[in-house]
Amino acid sequence: MKILLNHIDVPGIQNLNTYRRLGGYSSVEKALKTMTPPDIIKEVKESGLRGRGGAGFPTGLKWFFIDRSSSRQVYLICNADEGEPGTFKDRFMMQYNPHLLIEGMILSGYAIGATTAYIYVRGELFSVMRILEKAIGEAYQSGLLGKNILGTGYSLDLHCHPGAGSYICGEETALIESLEGKRGNPRIKPPFPAIAGLYGCPTVVNNVETICNIPWIINNGGEAYARIGTEKSPGTKLISVSGHVNRPGVYEIELGFPVNEFLFSNDYCGGIRNDHRLKAVIAGGSSVPVLPADLILRTPQGGPRLLSYESLSEGGFEKGTMLGSGGFIVMDETTCIVRNLLNFVRFYHHESCGQCSPCREGTGWMNKILNRLENGTGNIRDIDLLVSIAGNIEGNTICPLGDSSAWPVKSAIHHFRQEFEWHVFEPLACRKQIFEIKSAKVPDNENIKT
Amino acid sequence: MKFQIIDILESTEEIRFSQAALQMIDKIKKRYPENSRKSALIPVLHIAQAESGGWLSPHVMDYVADMLGIKPVEVYEVATFYTLFNLKPAGRYIFEVCRTGPCCLCGAEEIISYLESKLNIKTGETTSDGMFTIKTVDCLAACGNAPVIKVGVDYHENMNNDKIDLLVDNLHLENRSSHQNPYE
Repeated sequence: MKILLNHIDVPGIQNLNTYRRLGGYSSVEKALKTMTPPDIIKEVKESGLRGRGGAGFPTGLKWFFIDRSSSRQVYLICNADEGEPGTFKDRFMMQYNPHLLIEGMILSGYAIGATTAYIYVRGELFSVMRILEKAIGEAYQSGLLGKNILGTGYSLDLHCHPGAGSYICGEETALIESLEGKRGNPRIKPPFPAIAGLYGCPTVVNNVETICNIPWIINNGGEAYARIGTEKSPGTKLISVSGHVNRPGVYEIELGFPVNEFLFSNDYCGGIRNDHRLKAVIAGGSSVPVLPADLILRTPQGGPRLLSYESLSEGGFEKGTMLGSGGFIVMDETTCIVRNLLNFVRFYHHESCGQCSPCREGTGWMNKILNRLENGTGNIRDIDLLVSIAGNIEGNTICPLGDSSAWPVKSAIHHFRQEFEWHVFEPLACRKQIFEIKSAKVPDNENIKT
Repeated sequence: MKFQIIDILESTEEIRFSQAALQMIDKIKKRYPENSRKSALIPVLHIAQAESGGWLSPHVMDYVADMLGIKPVEVYEVATFYTLFNLKPAGRYIFEVCRTGPCCLCGAEEIISYLESKLNIKTGETTSDGMFTIKTVDCLAACGNAPVIKVGVDYHENMNNDKIDLLVDNLHLENRSSHQNPYE
């Protein structure tokens, strides 16, 4: 079942003519000519579609919060500031099928009553933004954007807006600040963007993948969408696979697909590269808890782990994780968990906006301590100190970046404490072992092979 | 380097953007409501940086402030927050090498040290001929094709030592600059 990647490999799909020949923009005709905005919101609510940016908030409900009776300007923003390490699905969608996003934007804008919409594209992706701007130009020329779309009386202006290299601007209120030309400091909620967002006006911020689902829902109905996937996780999901697999890339799966098959089938990840053993997986982008091999393949109850919101979170934060943004980072037995964690913590420290002390200072302390452990000058008390700092960041910050830095630390220590201790007592043993595994797997060197 | 910045602060040389850049800026300003033109700041800074040899001097930032009718400090605070804005001069080509988790799992650290030894500079430095700068950046959203190096708007994916050799040779031959107006 493919909804998002259906026509992705059709040559010329980036051009409006090819896109329309394959049925593109039919949902816009249907919606604008035969449906009212509440009809659309009803379909999206029925579909059960959940936000694909990471939080998984029901999209229909988000739209429902917009007060349509007020005369204030309403804004629609597409969050294309894809910055979560391990996630690259939105870039893929925009690069290869830009019109699908534009089609979804028109429908979403019509549903919430927006007449101006922005696509906030991260600054690194200027090449993708050029593709989008070209597609937007085509849509304007054919009367699909601008004044009086297809003669229906509905008008929508759509613009791209570049970021400039800031992870935190993927958080919706920081994104709004950034779009207003300021530093990306997240706002305190409430008020939520639906009440006071861009320029203080009611605003909806949706992820690229979320919006790309809307045309299918309008064409086929919310009920049909709800029948795909599982009851609590309807629809399909793009999974970005990176790390130590044979076939990294973007895959569309029906939610509820077994992790085991996803990892080892040749239609998907194709197994672990170099015939190594699986060590751990970060299933939903760098912010979610890491899981060791046995827990990513099976739930704590022993059932197969599935790629869905509810199955991945089974076992809570002790033995489960989250679907997040679908950034599936695979690590084989040559990975040093401490070194990998240090890398992510350095990242969060660098990307902290600095507003809240627990995050600003805490991520810096964790970075220092992990550097110590990695360099072999760590102390056994450092391990619990890390857990304690992470615990003091979690839940004590304005935005989720604090939690995002705490969860990887807590889970890595929870599942791999031995490896941290090892770094204290035998600082170089870890590197030596990794070197040995790597050399043992060189196929033409029979002497080293064991 | 310190000396140079002071020098520029005192410089009275007139800043001139190209006609194409000014037209693009006018077009961008119109994308935002009349009383919210500050929204154009980040797009305009991208253009300003390309027009000024790949970095933003205080003088250029003042010019941008004037152009948008906002206070200079409003420009400084934004320019210092976002990592894509360079606050000191850089080489004609900036190698932006991803150093985040997924890329490191696939050899980013190795390609960074190879690049450093090849160009004989450290990360953050510029070659003596002013040609190349190495800068490490965070996740470029291309983890499936790690490791990744971005030069200007172009992504170079699945990088290894041979591909770096080829890339450096090509850039030498091309002999232009990666500081192009990102809007074309």
